[in-house]
Amino acid sequence: MTRPQIALSEGIFVLEGDLLIGTVEGLDLRHGLAEAIDLSGVRQFDTAGAWAIVTLERRLQSAGLNPQITGASALQTDLIATLRQNMLLTEAPSTNGPTIADRLEQLGRKAVSSLQQTLAIIGFLGQVVATIFGLVLRPSRIRWTAIVHHMQQVGLNAVPIVSLMAFLIGVVLAFQGAAQLRQFGAEVFVVDLIAISVLRELGILLTAIIVAGRSGSAFTAAIGSMKMREEIDAMRTLGLDPVEVLVAPRVIALILMLPVLGIIANFSGLVGGAIMSWIELGVSPGVFQARLASNTGVWHLGVGLIKAPFFALIIGIVGCFEGMQVKGNAESLGHLTSTSVVLSIFLVIAADALFSIFFAILEV
Amino acid sequence: MAAEPIISVRGLITRFGKHTVHEGLDLDVQQGEIIGIVGGSGAGKSVLLRAVVGLLKPADGQITVFGENVRDTSADDYRRLRKRWGVMFQDGALFSSLNVQQNVEAPMREQLDLSPETRAALAAIKVRMVGLPDDALKKMPSELSGGMRKRAGFARAIALDPEIVFLDEPTAGLDPIGAAAFDALIAQLRRALGLTVFLVTHDLDSLHAICDRIAVLAGGRVLATGTMTEMQDIDHPWVQAYFKGPRARAALAQKEAI
Ligand SMILES: Nc1ncnc2c1ncn2[C@@H]1O[C@H](COP(=O)(O)OP(=O)(O)OP(=O)(O)O)[C@@H](O)[C@H]1O
Ligand SMILES: [Mg+2]
Repeated sequence: MTRPQIALSEGIFVLEGDLLIGTVEGLDLRHGLAEAIDLSGVRQFDTAGAWAIVTLERRLQSAGLNPQITGASALQTDLIATLRQNMLLTEAPSTNGPTIADRLEQLGRKAVSSLQQTLAIIGFLGQVVATIFGLVLRPSRIRWTAIVHHMQQVGLNAVPIVSLMAFLIGVVLAFQGAAQLRQFGAEVFVVDLIAISVLRELGILLTAIIVAGRSGSAFTAAIGSMKMREEIDAMRTLGLDPVEVLVAPRVIALILMLPVLGIIANFSGLVGGAIMSWIELGVSPGVFQARLASNTGVWHLGVGLIKAPFFALIIGIVGCFEGMQVKGNAESLGHLTSTSVVLSIFLVIAADALFSIFFAILEV
Repeated sequence: MAAEPIISVRGLITRFGKHTVHEGLDLDVQQGEIIGIVGGSGAGKSVLLRAVVGLLKPADGQITVFGENVRDTSADDYRRLRKRWGVMFQDGALFSSLNVQQNVEAPMREQLDLSPETRAALAAIKVRMVGLPDDALKKMPSELSGGMRKRAGFARAIALDPEIVFLDEPTAGLDPIGAAAFDALIAQLRRALGLTVFLVTHDLDSLHAICDRIAVLAGGRVLATGTMTEMQDIDHPWVQAYFKGPRARAALAQKEAI
């Protein structure tokens, strides 16, 4: 490639060299006036070269001249003619930065759209609950295969991570509790500490958070990519209700499996706590078990497990709803998947706080 | 033919697991011609295209483009080669998170160091050249019709003024007027830019209107190559059915009437 050159001699622009997409920017086309443009020295030439010539020609025309193009080969003439047809007369005006009014408008739009989102998600909740009740009334329409498949995905496959997590939580509680309680010689109360915090709160809350990260995001991604490839529209035209086919089995599977995962988490949390108490405080497993049975009411377990189906509903609804919001592009899929996880974890924690207040008022 | 072919495929073998798609395929494409590749659905046209542009490593055989071996080039050589061709995939394959203008600018942004204004101006020209309205520039691919997506894909394929463009069924799914306009566009750009066009198509009208030569793919090989009229005389049931069926006769009659 030789660099292109432009020179003004005797009222003629003389161009030389290769006018190609990679090189035309080096030409200075802004200065000087001439009656003709001579291309006889131009070797390689492409659309960008033709663009440069037409730009120059337009500038000369707007200065009141009528430039002639000379020395162009037939191919070059053709290409320049094509460009003349296809070039906008005025370049698009560059837009200025946003003003205060724009920002205010944006704020307003954001506020309204989040309100609309809230309403839409509540509407979706109603639709799913209605669909599930409809299925209960007509059990022949329940998709057992799908439910069992999702139960395996969200339940069975989550057992290792959930039980490891709860085991470690039990270990940490025992370890931290022991350090404090030893100061008062009240080592044995570590059993109550572990039992109440794991059974009432931590077991089910942390399980729900893990499931939201694991399965909520998977729901959004799966339904979202089906939405993207128009599979959901195809389903509707076949007379299939996407809520019944895609959403209901996932939500039902979660509602069934989250309590089970909660029980597993409770159990391994207690095991972790017991082992650590034994090592740190010398509380033998026998003593731990006896104290657990005599001092911890079974109601603590109940308080924890009652929350599980509600958490499951939140995770399932949010995950599927965000999936349904996906538009045609890949970016919205990624964006909504992360929204889905953040939103469902937030709502799970908010619901947990409400439950705490509720149980405090009931004094259980 | 004296000239060195711009694309040359020798003894190409491609497999997916046990399924052999090509077994010893040979094909030459000359500089500046429009070659039409036809063959039944699943005959391996798209796979051939992917092998030629180096997206798919064949099991065996030799593929040279611009006289350079595509199969085992270094990454640098491949990058240099890739600048000289443009590809339009069967379903457009636009980047869904970029608008049309950004899609067309993408190859310029990757390969060259242009100012944003120049890039925008060139992208606008390419978009107009493929016959899209100006307001399409700012639209996302999901907001375009199928035919518009194809045009935008074509605009991206010619963004860098390549020497070869590979087009996979550019006119499938277009209305007849749109398809004819697309054919005219390909022919016009070929003339203006001196393109070589590797055109996979089922569209008999396109084959008639713009292809210099046709290659028929069947049974993992190129069964025959030649002009449309030469195809009429080839004695093979599939070729006969394809080029002498009612649609082919209609296309031929139409051409003679003009
Ligand atoms: N990624 C892949 N994995 C496995 N098999 C494949 C893959 N891609 C293509 N094939 C197989 O290769 C064969 C040829 O496919 P190809 O896409 O080239 O067909 P085609 O000739 O382009 O057909 P159409 O006209 O329908 O586009 C088919 O049998 C297909 O199943
Ligand atoms: Mg194909």
